[in-house]
Amino acid sequence: MTAIIEVQGVSKSFGGVVANHDVTMSVNSGMITGLIGPNGSGKTTLFNSIVGYHPIDAGSIRFEGEEISRLPVQQIARRGLLRTFQQTRIYGAMNGVENMLISLPHRKMNIWDALKTYTREDYERADHLLEFVGLYEKRLLKSGDLSFGQQKLLEFAMALMNEPTCLLLDEPTAGINPTLINGLIDRLKRANTEFGITLFVIEHNMRVIMNMAETIYCLAHGELLAQGTPEEIQNDQSVIDAYLGAH
Amino acid sequence: MTVARNKTILYALILAFTFISPFLFPDFGTQLATLWLMIIVALTWDMTGGQMGYNSLGNIFFYGTGMYVAALIAIGMVYDVGDYTNAAGGGIYEFTDLQYFGGLALGVLGAGLFCSITAVVIGYLTFGLRGPYFAIGTLGVAIAAGELVSNWDWAGGGQGIALPVYPGDLDTGKIFFYFLFAAVGVGTFLFAKWLYGTRFGAAINAIRDDEEKADAMGIHTLRYKLYTWAMAAFFVGMAGGISAFQLIHFEPLESAYQTINLGIFMVVCVLLGGKGTLWGPVIGAILFHVFKEVTWNYLLGWQWVALGALIVVTVVYFQDGVMGWLLHKRPEWFGIKVEKKVAEQAE
Ligand SMILES: Nc1ncnc2c1ncn2[C@@H]1O[C@H](COP(=O)(O)OP(=O)(O)O)[C@@H](O)[C@H]1O
Ligand SMILES: [Mg+2]
Repeated sequence: MTAIIEVQGVSKSFGGVVANHDVTMSVNSGMITGLIGPNGSGKTTLFNSIVGYHPIDAGSIRFEGEEISRLPVQQIARRGLLRTFQQTRIYGAMNGVENMLISLPHRKMNIWDALKTYTREDYERADHLLEFVGLYEKRLLKSGDLSFGQQKLLEFAMALMNEPTCLLLDEPTAGINPTLINGLIDRLKRANTEFGITLFVIEHNMRVIMNMAETIYCLAHGELLAQGTPEEIQNDQSVIDAYLGAH
Repeated sequence: MTVARNKTILYALILAFTFISPFLFPDFGTQLATLWLMIIVALTWDMTGGQMGYNSLGNIFFYGTGMYVAALIAIGMVYDVGDYTNAAGGGIYEFTDLQYFGGLALGVLGAGLFCSITAVVIGYLTFGLRGPYFAIGTLGVAIAAGELVSNWDWAGGGQGIALPVYPGDLDTGKIFFYFLFAAVGVGTFLFAKWLYGTRFGAAINAIRDDEEKADAMGIHTLRYKLYTWAMAAFFVGMAGGISAFQLIHFEPLESAYQTINLGIFMVVCVLLGGKGTLWGPVIGAILFHVFKEVTWNYLLGWQWVALGALIVVTVVYFQDGVMGWLLHKRPEWFGIKVEKKVAEQAE
């Protein structure tokens, strides 16, 4: 099993707040890996570090064997390592289809390709993926008018449109209607199996992540607390304490 | 499709009007040429301002630079520029028809190309700035350029440059310049119309709406910003080049790098007509130009007050401009589906 992301001894502080301290973990290619931990334990910070959103204080981050910790966001995204935002970022003034089209992978375009109009295949792919996340009926609505959960689904579809090798999802089920969560888990799994996208998922909901991930890492107070299979994590006393202690 | 047919008819009518208007209104030849100039600078301002979210106050730099580049090319092809500017239009320097038109053609094209290149260089330095900082940064470039050029004796210094007069009678000259501006104007419009329909056009809209998200999706944000400004600068530079020949004599601060006149007018045109739309800058340029001509003719002494009032009213009460207002009132004209009810039911 090869690691697609290797995080080695990464630390990151904001002023006096140590958000990540000496974190080491790896994400296996083609798999679903989970990242859990109480609120404020540094999960989002670690994602931000991986995708180049801010410089790290120490450590190394490799993607497909190459050091990426000093690359800017766009260059990392163009290597096929993408993230969705916990607070959801879509283009609210555009409709669903436009949001999808804008997400076409520009890394695969030179300027002449970019100066073409969208092709029939582009539209079909957009429609197909909107159908995949269950937003086809709403594809012509202004995206800013969609509910938070629907916007999350749209952002997920946009990420798929970008054809990433690896996708970092920050709390994909947060704010989603509980009755729709099983459907979403199913879609995330299908993105992994059918499209072959490696997933690295931050999830607050234990049930969800236990259902999805092969390997789970748990952070607490910015440090790696435990790692293992869902069963191992579920039965790990330190994890249980961290979660209970945080509530 | 009747919509498509109506559109074709509309475009044909506008084009026909473009062709006959200088003959219909011979007394207004120069004003009509200026109208096209306003349309060009408004359309190009909107490429970055409206479509990409970068409000430049320095686009006038390309206008002034275009003037100088075109003039210097046309003169330099025939004479020594230093000698020529030293004589300050003493009248000893003759241009044959071929030299005049050849210099004009190469000068105007060269102006466009040169401005594109400078846009890439200046953009590289200023596109790291956001919002008002970008606006002021680009304004600074235009002001500094005006000052530098006024002190550059080889290029005419504060006196500016006098170009040869159109070799023909005055009225033909007016029509000639009208059609030059109209050609560049129609070209700019068609170019913008095409560009906004491409993936590139969508990408610059994405930069405007959320640049961080665009970065996160791997869009070449800096590259696209530079290209867009370079495209805009190409047309503005050409327009400047044509203006140089139309004006015959131009000065660095009053006519070339006129930051508080044309430099601001282009922004007002776009706001008035509607930012980020294809037709907004055109409509705004027409409204603004008419307003300006009327106040300059009938409200002499108060024209700047009237203009200031127009700007204030636009910015305070009418921010989305004519097109924004129409978009709100008549969304169906723009093919926008209003499915509010459906959305609510499904919630
Ligand atoms: N940009 C920032 N500036 C200052 N502090 C931050 C910033 N981002 C995160 N933090 C702090 O770092 C810690 C970890 O936050 P975060 O990574 O968002 O946690 P999680 O995603 O696990 O809830 C928190 O104490 C948070 O306040
Ligand atoms: Mg978080």
